Amino acid sequence: MTQAATNISGTPTSDLMVEMRGVNKWYGDFHVLRDIDLEVKRGERIVICGPSGSGKSTLIRCINHLEEHQQGDIVVGGVPLTQDVKRIEQIRRSVGMVFQHFNLFPHLTVLENCCIAPMWVQKKPRREAEEMAMQYLERVRIAEQALKYPGQLSGGQQQRVAIARSLCMHPDVMLFDEPTSALDPEMIKEVLDVMVELANEGMTMLCVTHEMGFAKTVADRVIFMDQGQIIEENAPEPFFNNPQSERTQLFLSQILGH
Amino acid sequence: MIHNQTIIKERPAPSSSVGAIAWLRTNLFNGPINTIFTLIGLYILYLLVVPTVQWAFLNADWIGTTRDDCSREGACWVFINARFTQFIYGLYPREEIWRANIVFAGFFTLIAWLAIPRLPLKRWVAVFALVGFPIVAYVLLHGGYFDMPRVPTHRWGGLMLTLLLATVGMVGALPIGIVLALGRRSNMPIVKSFCVVFIEFWRGVPLITVLFMASVMLPLFLPSDMSVDRLVRALIGLTLFQSAYMAEVIRGGLQAIPKGQEEAAAALGMTYWKRMGLIVLPQALKMMIPGIVNTFISLFKDTTLVMIIGLFDLLGIVQAALADSRWLGFSLEGYVFAAFMFWIFCFSMSRYSQYLERKLHTGHKR
Repeated sequence: MTQAATNISGTPTSDLMVEMRGVNKWYGDFHVLRDIDLEVKRGERIVICGPSGSGKSTLIRCINHLEEHQQGDIVVGGVPLTQDVKRIEQIRRSVGMVFQHFNLFPHLTVLENCCIAPMWVQKKPRREAEEMAMQYLERVRIAEQALKYPGQLSGGQQQRVAIARSLCMHPDVMLFDEPTSALDPEMIKEVLDVMVELANEGMTMLCVTHEMGFAKTVADRVIFMDQGQIIEENAPEPFFNNPQSERTQLFLSQILGH
Repeated sequence: MIHNQTIIKERPAPSSSVGAIAWLRTNLFNGPINTIFTLIGLYILYLLVVPTVQWAFLNADWIGTTRDDCSREGACWVFINARFTQFIYGLYPREEIWRANIVFAGFFTLIAWLAIPRLPLKRWVAVFALVGFPIVAYVLLHGGYFDMPRVPTHRWGGLMLTLLLATVGMVGALPIGIVLALGRRSNMPIVKSFCVVFIEFWRGVPLITVLFMASVMLPLFLPSDMSVDRLVRALIGLTLFQSAYMAEVIRGGLQAIPKGQEEAAAALGMTYWKRMGLIVLPQALKMMIPGIVNTFISLFKDTTLVMIIGLFDLLGIVQAALADSRWLGFSLEGYVFAAFMFWIFCFSMSRYSQYLERKLHTGHKR
């Protein structure tokens, strides 16, 4: 992926893509994120796992301010995340996100889904946006469905379109929020294949997922969260073979042991 | 155990088409009780339809100029004929009616142009319809320019006035309603409370009261040398009243759009207005077509209430004509005519909305 490569090498900011320091968040009285410290380097692939309600999704949603953190600092691509709407939008333009339920725009065709942000946010001419969108749709192997509406596609196809839609903005980092949890088993692979390719091309990725096979093949680091805290953080090989904390061992035995 | 070695060939579904007689037998005469009900129903229909047709068509008088031409038992459409110009244009001066006709022609041409999908340049026609046409219509109807004598608004009336009130009300209420609905969902406390108070005030007050206040009370608050035309006051009152209803209809539509849609748009870096204008509103408005058209139809019929502040819309002018001593006793014909005209317009709106719904459906749920 030439475009992402130029983004990675061509931006002269710090080596860190995402920095979180002492991040805390509450939903009312419920303490969802507790003293999160996390550094993600450019080109790093990170998988975040943990039981449901452990704050994994909330953590990555804080990075593009879909959730607001109440304490601590978040810096994305050298830009500190503040309340300033302009700055939030600037960060969101460089951060791609893929959702559990795809969230494609049902009133637009696949092609329009991919073009709408380049055209309206980056002010690209329609022609250029469509050409680029077709390239990315080609890469996620769905170009032949470009003129269909999302409602006419299968879940796996929709999720691949959602990935292409994010890539059309040339993001510096991609966030995946349980991208395969809503899919039928036979469709998980087609989405994971696209994600593996993306990882091999050097995209910085943070993936919340329970696909441990994916974690083993592509992750540089695996992070285990429970009750709003980062419990354990390690390279995949020692993480799976020799988990340190008891909670990690319990979690791994539950998801790998059936 | 293997059930089938070969894949079963595709077969067409069994034919479900049956003849008219079979349909009658399965739906209307399938058993003694249903047969009795069907026969009773047919008899009631006969009792209703036959006299109506006789009154409205067979025994009716169509041609003539005075009430003496109505000798038969049926309806006296001569009355409608004689008063037709008045019903359409109100008290608009006869020699200036060509101006109103140009406006009518332009109005219906623009609507047809926008409604028929094959015609090109939709965007420019829409811009002209919203910006250019109102100015042209005002200049033509009101006069005072280009040697056209002035026709004060109290002489406007009939169907012309009804259409004017309804169109301005609809075109004004929709955007105001959208802004109010978005405002009511806003996180900004001042915007939100303003919208809540506005909507709840206008929804809580009867339209008659609004019109009375606009015509009687507003002048008390304005400086004595400043006067706002009565028609303009009615238009403002009607528009604000309907926009409050519209806002609630649209808010319902906005609530039905999953939160993920706005999040996905936000994650792509879109600003609030782009998220709303490109992603949320197009979906919400599509879903809200039945509700919006319902509000439009009730607005169209509510215009008849301007009668009480002395404006003669279609129904008002019909009622005024009924009071004419030369035509006493033909109120039934007058009301049937007014009802028929209203029904034509409301039914057209309803059909068009059904067509729009079908056209905009893109086979999705989420």
